[in-house]
Amino acid sequence: MNGFRDSAHLIPIAALFLLGAVAFVALRAAVIPKSFGRYGPYRGDALQEITSRPLVYAGHEACEGCHPDVLEIKAKGVHAHVNCESCHGPLAKHADDPASVIPVKPDVATLCVRCHSENIAKPSGFPQVNAKEHTQGQPCNTCHQPHSPGFDPGGKK
Amino acid sequence: MEGFMYPNEVELQWSVLIVLYPFLTGLVAGAFILASLERVFRVEAVKPTYRLALLTALAFLIVAPLPLQLHLGHPERSLEMYLTPHRASAMAMFGFVYLWYLMAVLLLEIWLDYRRDIVLMAQSSTGLKRVMYRALTLGSTNISAGALRVDDRAGWFITLIGIPSAFMLHGYVGFIFGSVKANPWWSTPLMPVVFLFSAMVSGIALVLLMYMITSAIRRRAIDMNCLDTIANYLFYTFVIDFSLEMLDLIHRIYEADESFRSLDFMVHSRLFLSQIVLQIFVGTLTPLMLLALTQLVQFSEQVRKRIYAAAAILTMIGIFAMRWNVVIGGQLFSKSFLGYTTYKMGFVTKEGMLPAIILVILPFAILYVLIKILPPWQEETAAMIQAEGID
Amino acid sequence: MTLSRRQILLLLPAAVVAWDFVLAGTPEEAPNYKMTDHWWGMLLDITKCIGCGSCVRACSMENEVPDGYFRTWVERYHVDDWHIENPRVDSPDGGKEGFPTNGMTGGKNFFVPKLCNHCSDSPCTQVCPVGATFHTADGVVLIDYNYCLGCRYCIQACPYGCRFFHPDRHTAEKCTLCYHRISKGLTTACCEACPTGARQLADLKNPKDPIHAFLKTHAVQVLKPHLATGAKVFYNGLDGSVR
Repeated sequence: MNGFRDSAHLIPIAALFLLGAVAFVALRAAVIPKSFGRYGPYRGDALQEITSRPLVYAGHEACEGCHPDVLEIKAKGVHAHVNCESCHGPLAKHADDPASVIPVKPDVATLCVRCHSENIAKPSGFPQVNAKEHTQGQPCNTCHQPHSPGFDPGGKK
Repeated sequence: MEGFMYPNEVELQWSVLIVLYPFLTGLVAGAFILASLERVFRVEAVKPTYRLALLTALAFLIVAPLPLQLHLGHPERSLEMYLTPHRASAMAMFGFVYLWYLMAVLLLEIWLDYRRDIVLMAQSSTGLKRVMYRALTLGSTNISAGALRVDDRAGWFITLIGIPSAFMLHGYVGFIFGSVKANPWWSTPLMPVVFLFSAMVSGIALVLLMYMITSAIRRRAIDMNCLDTIANYLFYTFVIDFSLEMLDLIHRIYEADESFRSLDFMVHSRLFLSQIVLQIFVGTLTPLMLLALTQLVQFSEQVRKRIYAAAAILTMIGIFAMRWNVVIGGQLFSKSFLGYTTYKMGFVTKEGMLPAIILVILPFAILYVLIKILPPWQEETAAMIQAEGID
Repeated sequence: MTLSRRQILLLLPAAVVAWDFVLAGTPEEAPNYKMTDHWWGMLLDITKCIGCGSCVRACSMENEVPDGYFRTWVERYHVDDWHIENPRVDSPDGGKEGFPTNGMTGGKNFFVPKLCNHCSDSPCTQVCPVGATFHTADGVVLIDYNYCLGCRYCIQACPYGCRFFHPDRHTAEKCTLCYHRISKGLTTACCEACPTGARQLADLKNPKDPIHAFLKTHAVQVLKPHLATGAKVFYNGLDGSVR
């Protein structure tokens, strides 16, 4: 009897701990996002949030759908596997609504040079030139048609 | 930036606040382990510092999460660590270790040890103080010999659990770094052990200093037997800590794996001041030498006090430097082993020097309040009870 | 412009395909995508990379990557003779505007594009305390921006340096393998923009994917194989000097 009375003060402590544990469980049930654990140890809704980001690049198949003429020219030349937006920039907005966004023609001086200016680190078989010497100030498309860049001194198409 | 770094590596991710965090939790673990020496291993000599060590541990434990909150990109989401902890993550599991240690070990032990004084103060105080003390009694006023015996046994048991809990508290922090295979400066199985022993060293040094300072403020004589014993423990623990760090260093130099040259250069250039000067010479070798001296030569009480104080201060500087070298050092070199960056610490920024300084001072302010509410010294408590009782 | 019947007949199927992709351009979920049908990776061909930086630019536009941070980047290596333990590496602004000549002569020089390796045993997802970064069933490592605490443990744990701290969102951030694109049957922005085919998305679970034939006939490596991260970005022609 005495023993119990002397330990009685430990009961409120135990009760506090129990209360804390119960409150913790209740908090978890209330606050943890419902989609957590749906696919794995993460919030399932995150996948929807990530996949619903807007597209900025349309992808070459979207371009080719409306511009088969360019595709035909490109397919015959060495730029066959260079995708449209690689040079023309991201155009998903244009693909969505062609009239609303008119793509700006890329600046030849920076564009072609970025790939084709000579650099010791580029694979040796890759066509590269010293830009100043090669162009002599002329824009690249004076002699090269970008969609099918064989050498054509006759002028741009 | 010097040399080559992966482009995303140039900016440091973990700032001085993350240096502070292991420093603060280390002090907690160290102070607690010193306190437990008396409780579990019956080292009577350190009894005068028992309560002070516990309150010190509590003050630092309360402040410890603050640097983390300041550092987080979204502190308002920090509860997620308790709601959806990722069991594989050491950081998540550490949240529970911290909670366990705070609630089940430290607070409980302090309550059990102070219960008698709390009840007496509840009975003898008035006004708001009375309300506070009565709340702290949790409803029971039984301070009979039997009840106090129960308290003693329970406290002993909690301290027993508390020692491995304190080990976990700080060992886990070491594991948080030591388990990162991407970072060769951190990744070593020695990391939790080194962190733990350096924590013990810093905690013991802190209690030693607190005891000396509070005794001076209270104009009380220092129990030299107590102080000598604490200094002894500081010395032994430091020898082990130093050996472990030397083991890591020698191992690295000998094995010389692919990271070695890059790390070696970093230590000699970027970390020269903080590692070689502050951590090793000023913060480890000097205090070790001083403490070793007191083991070999008989000094007067006055001289011993001065040596202990100097050794303790240098130790705390050294252990802080060690945390700095681990956390900041681990981010100064590129994982390509080809380059280095610099740590730009702001002053009045969220993670700058000013918040760091405030966070180091804050535990002492809290400790002051704790000492006022729960005086660690018997004479003070008796006087308080008497003084209030006069009303 | 008036179209003849023949022209309309030719254009119609192309227009149908285009319309599908126009629809895909509008923000919506991907209704027909089954995660368990795919296991994503990427093939990077060092022998083809010309360091033009198109991938870096495309990625930063597709994913609104903040300036000075990189979900993907290109490194340039210069190796003198047999000194593969000591390469000279640079990556000016991640290679975003290509690489100006650096006056290097001789030795071996090449470009190495890098991105998140979407490791199957990723150390980054292992350390996340709350499950804000995770693997999907189709092998992509993603970040939940609305759940991430910004503790940056994952950034420390990534051996490849592909993660960074988003300066505005205050969460971790990295390459998502353009999950919003690949779940709609498109390829990633970086692969779309690459002019030489050095970067190619690979679906390792699709038996018809050209990567299987490629892996059978070429010597490939992953970065830091000794860390056993299960990286799924395979490099053809990777030199021993690459870090």
